[in-house]
Amino acid sequence: MASGIKDKVAIIGMGCSRFGERWDVGTEQLINEAFGEALKDAGIEPSQINAAWFGSALDQANVGNSAIPLSTALRLQGIPVTRVENMCATGTEALRGATYAVASGAVDIALAVGVEKLKDTGFGGLPVPTKGTFNDLWIPYCSAPAGFAQLAAGYRSRYGVSKEELKQAMARVSWKSHVNGAKNPKAHLRKEVSMETILAAPIIADPLGVFDCCGVSDGAACAIVTTPEIARALGNYELVTIKALQLSASSGREAGTNQWDGSYVQNTRLAAKAAYKEAGIDDPRKQLSLMEVHDCFSITELVTMEDLGMSDDGQAWRDILDGKYDADGKVPCQIDGGLKCFGHPVGASGLRMVYEHYLQLLNRAGDRQLVSPSMGLSHNLGGVPYNSVAAISIVGLL
Amino acid sequence: MTAIKPVGIKAYGVFLPRLRIARSAIAQAHSWAFPSMRGKGHKALCSWDEDSITLAVEAGRDCLGDQSEAVSRVILASTTAPFADLQNASIVATALGLPGQISCTDVGGSTRAGLGALISELSNQDQSQRLVLASERRSAKPASAQEMNYGSGAVAMLVGEGELLASCLGSESLSVPFIDHYRMNGQDYDYYAEERWIRDEGVSKLVPATAAALLKRLDIKAADVAWFGLSGAPKGSDKLLSRKLGVESASLLDDFQEGVGDIGAAHSLLQLADALEKAQPGQLILLAAFGQGCDVALFRKEAGQRKPARGIRGALAEGIEETSYLKMLSFEGELNVDWGPRAEVDTKASIAQQYRSHEQILAFTGGQCQHCGSVQFPSLPNCVNCGVADSQVPLSLANQRAKVATVSADWLQYYPAPPLYVGLVQFDNGARVLMEMVDVGKQDLDVGTPLKMVFRVKANDKLRGYRRYFWKATPAL
Repeated sequence: MASGIKDKVAIIGMGCSRFGERWDVGTEQLINEAFGEALKDAGIEPSQINAAWFGSALDQANVGNSAIPLSTALRLQGIPVTRVENMCATGTEALRGATYAVASGAVDIALAVGVEKLKDTGFGGLPVPTKGTFNDLWIPYCSAPAGFAQLAAGYRSRYGVSKEELKQAMARVSWKSHVNGAKNPKAHLRKEVSMETILAAPIIADPLGVFDCCGVSDGAACAIVTTPEIARALGNYELVTIKALQLSASSGREAGTNQWDGSYVQNTRLAAKAAYKEAGIDDPRKQLSLMEVHDCFSITELVTMEDLGMSDDGQAWRDILDGKYDADGKVPCQIDGGLKCFGHPVGASGLRMVYEHYLQLLNRAGDRQLVSPSMGLSHNLGGVPYNSVAAISIVGLL
Repeated sequence: MTAIKPVGIKAYGVFLPRLRIARSAIAQAHSWAFPSMRGKGHKALCSWDEDSITLAVEAGRDCLGDQSEAVSRVILASTTAPFADLQNASIVATALGLPGQISCTDVGGSTRAGLGALISELSNQDQSQRLVLASERRSAKPASAQEMNYGSGAVAMLVGEGELLASCLGSESLSVPFIDHYRMNGQDYDYYAEERWIRDEGVSKLVPATAAALLKRLDIKAADVAWFGLSGAPKGSDKLLSRKLGVESASLLDDFQEGVGDIGAAHSLLQLADALEKAQPGQLILLAAFGQGCDVALFRKEAGQRKPARGIRGALAEGIEETSYLKMLSFEGELNVDWGPRAEVDTKASIAQQYRSHEQILAFTGGQCQHCGSVQFPSLPNCVNCGVADSQVPLSLANQRAKVATVSADWLQYYPAPPLYVGLVQFDNGARVLMEMVDVGKQDLDVGTPLKMVFRVKANDKLRGYRRYFWKATPAL
């Protein structure tokens, strides 16, 4: 019987670049910005890193595939460097690789880096998918918002929520993230936006308007992990450890059978269940101090509240309108602005989420610091709701 | 010795593209340059993803129905078939779910090709069933008379022995270099001679002589002809000819200028389909197709009762009003819209992969698991539901009923006819497929909206001059 990852690995250093339209820097500088902060935080030398995991999701957007973009950016040589890619769950995958390497005893100190240089595509939104995962001989080319917007149709149909009510709740999701993001100096979008503006924005993919969609950004984030024993030996006494790292990928059942009604994300539910078990959480509504979820679109965050068990099924839209997930709500969600406002450099996002938990848990979150958080959940979602990869990491104080 | 049973028309089918644009909208768009331009009624307009192949498939489906009938040959007549060298008919045949072991032929070169192909098959006493398809997506130069007159559509006729809708009593042809219009290979549009010359020197002289020769040979009096139809000739020529031919007592078949337009090689067969819907058993139908001479054929309505699901009335009734002339120009490739960098994506598809999956892609063939019964698309080695390996038998979803499971209207993705309606299509048999939804019109698509499948262009590879096809969903009427 596997014992799980809980408390076997500690994070001793984290870094995150400023996210946004970083026209003036390339991938290497973004990586360096995040790595420099993490290295200083960990108080180690680069030579002490035994292995590295590199997450980048869109190799066509000026990052490239293989481990080489990372190994050359950081001049790593003679250690294993591995590129991982799992769409928008890539950042969490990088952390999972590094964490498992440490937990296995294969290495003492491992590095996880995620980066994306999306603004080099020359247009807003994600690059247009072409070949590969989704066979374009029959699968329609559609945008990411159109993939996620279908959740709204499924949710309305299942719970009988009107278009207007759902749109209000979705707008409230984005409104809250703008309020939070305005306080984050590293966030891409740092301006509060009124509900009226959000509701009146042009439609991107019905019913998602511009403000229902997250920012697409340049950025990098990284983590340096080791065992709690080594962490203490390095002089760290207040330790943030990994409580759970779980992932679930679609078998094709959601998109290929009638077993899914489009009102939730099955993989989030499966990964959350496994993560709660691994972390020893039996009441997430009470035990989690904060959440960073994959709010690529407002509707995604809304259904994720139910998928994570934070809201009852069919009630998330009400909880959101009631402010349950606001900065001063019961369980703050996206206290750093989320994908919506911190931004979404795809490969970096999973690590960016953990970065926020790390800051909050160590009481380093500045203006947005919450009172005595003890455990945070990150949720990273790749693909589309009907064909997805959901990754969940839970970190907390040891 | 077994007597040879007579061969005739056993079934027919019709498809018209659902979009219908008012000619007044076309005239209005050109009024800055041609203030006297006028247009009456509507014409059938192809969406960006319809062509002579897709129209033919839909007409063929209307003709064959849900029955998987043995067809030994498919003939596609068109002057606008998308491929000059790649058998268009074989793509149509595969999409119709016909087996590979049949003969396929493309014919064209003249708007007479449709009637010519039908006459040719009817005069062949081969007892096996043959599917004659005539299909056109006709393009015309902006502001030309043809832009007003030309339409798009397809007709299918199933030829064979058995219970017949009509039989062909005989035909007569004339072939002379009377060049009323032409279009060389590589040219986009037809070039026309003066209409008065075509009518007076061509149609009025060439068709009556040929028709008279036919009636004489068959020993049939002109007055016994009950229905007369003429295609490929200037408007009003049919009335003129009916006098010259002495068939004034015959009812003129519709010229289908209202609702359709001139559909070239398919026009004679559209008129024949019209006659099959209107004529009484025993009545005689005279059809003439003009063009570099003419083909003239005499049909007799027989007692067969088989009717297509759609037919002409159905096709005319399922129109969707299109008001944007600029959209029509864009569909024709005449408007170089800046679609933005998202349109720069390369749509190259592996030819090997296409052949490997041709039944899946063209005939919409999925699989049904023999272990748990789940119907699925695509059919992969392991069942989507129970995971059992190699358990599936082929099953096409083309004629299966379905509903919207999820949907969104995508305004971000590059799509030639925005928005792109996309969502999960839930088939009643349990299969589910992410699909494009087309011809939505003003209908509100929502979870539960009934859908049916249509064969359409999936993507145009402009870089390599190639087009590929797949099935899409459309609201079921």
